[in-house]
Amino acid sequence: MSTFVGLVTVFIATLLTHNIALTYLLGMCPFISLSKRIETASGMGIAVIFVVVLTAALNWPIYNLILVPTHSELIYYITFIITIAASVQLLEMIMERFLPALQASFGIFLPLITVNCIVLAVSLFMIIREYGFLKSVVFALGSSVGWTMAIVVMAAINEKLRLIGDIPRGMRGPGIVMTSAGIIALAFLGFAGIVSL
Amino acid sequence: MSSPAALRRPGAQTWGTFLTGVWRDHPIFSQVLGICSSLAVSNRVENAIAMGAGVTFVLLATAVFIAGLRKLIPGRVRMIAYMIIIAAFVIIVDRFLRAFFPPISEQIGPYVGLIITNCILMGRAEAFFITNTVPQSLVDGLANGLGYTMTLVLIAIIREAVGFGTILGMRVMGAGWVNWVVLSMAPGAFFLVSLFIWITRTLAGKDA
Repeated sequence: MSTFVGLVTVFIATLLTHNIALTYLLGMCPFISLSKRIETASGMGIAVIFVVVLTAALNWPIYNLILVPTHSELIYYITFIITIAASVQLLEMIMERFLPALQASFGIFLPLITVNCIVLAVSLFMIIREYGFLKSVVFALGSSVGWTMAIVVMAAINEKLRLIGDIPRGMRGPGIVMTSAGIIALAFLGFAGIVSL
Repeated sequence: MSSPAALRRPGAQTWGTFLTGVWRDHPIFSQVLGICSSLAVSNRVENAIAMGAGVTFVLLATAVFIAGLRKLIPGRVRMIAYMIIIAAFVIIVDRFLRAFFPPISEQIGPYVGLIITNCILMGRAEAFFITNTVPQSLVDGLANGLGYTMTLVLIAIIREAVGFGTILGMRVMGAGWVNWVVLSMAPGAFFLVSLFIWITRTLAGKDA
């Protein structure tokens, strides 16, 4: 029972109080460039959830069952990067073969994910914080859902902003996205204290 | 972009590459790359210097390796080749920080690993190193690294001075100063970087 409570706590914490985009400031490149439309943002979000959970579930056993017993923890950056690149490639091929409709809807985002820092970040955080396997998977799920939530909210704000218009010249594009993200992050500070990791 | 005549003089071309990296195509403000680390690590000046030096070192090292091996790296697997080269040097940076600057390493620990996915590195590798000679790539790497470090330190100076009342741990604000804690946290980073983007883009006359 207590492990279950622990897992729920991790999930809520990664979603609200320790949101990977708004607290740890990760995954910002796609957060800024792909948050113009809600469909694009949610497509990228779903792809990120897929890949983050998959790679965390793969990287955990690779680190704890292969690298630790052989005392080669030193190379875990390289190992994780290869796992991530390979699983993205594999996912792309599987989707192309069996799920062409899904591939058409968010397949274009998959190659971009290899260099999305939250995929690597989630794997690094789970190793540094010494999470168990189940906790790592829940942490990965929470982080990626939290990131998706943040980018979809951002996209919704951007769509509304376009209707209003009249943004100062230099502020258009990334400038206004960052300002809005700051305000969202400020609002999320209000969740502080609900749960702690 | 410089004119073809200016490009023919080798000195001018090197200078042009340098200026482009430091100012004209500034990675953070102009191309909006490498934002993650510039936001997350800029809360204290010492972290910013460590991160900037790390990124510059990795940029220079990958410039040598990728530009040197550019004829040997097959086009289809070039992305993974970049990543492995970059990751190898990031491990060196991580170990170096851990050995000589343990307090900094503790603070920015996971973000050092994330240099691997810093878009500046992949971006420069794909856009410049893979098609240029080693010396040209070194200049480009140095310019981008310096531009990045410069900005990071500038943001960090403001954030540390206003958020903690110190610079590099030394007190700079008067006794009555009340820390603007929000600037040392995530929202402050967003606000400050957006302000910087606004200023530089207005000065450069860029649209969207």
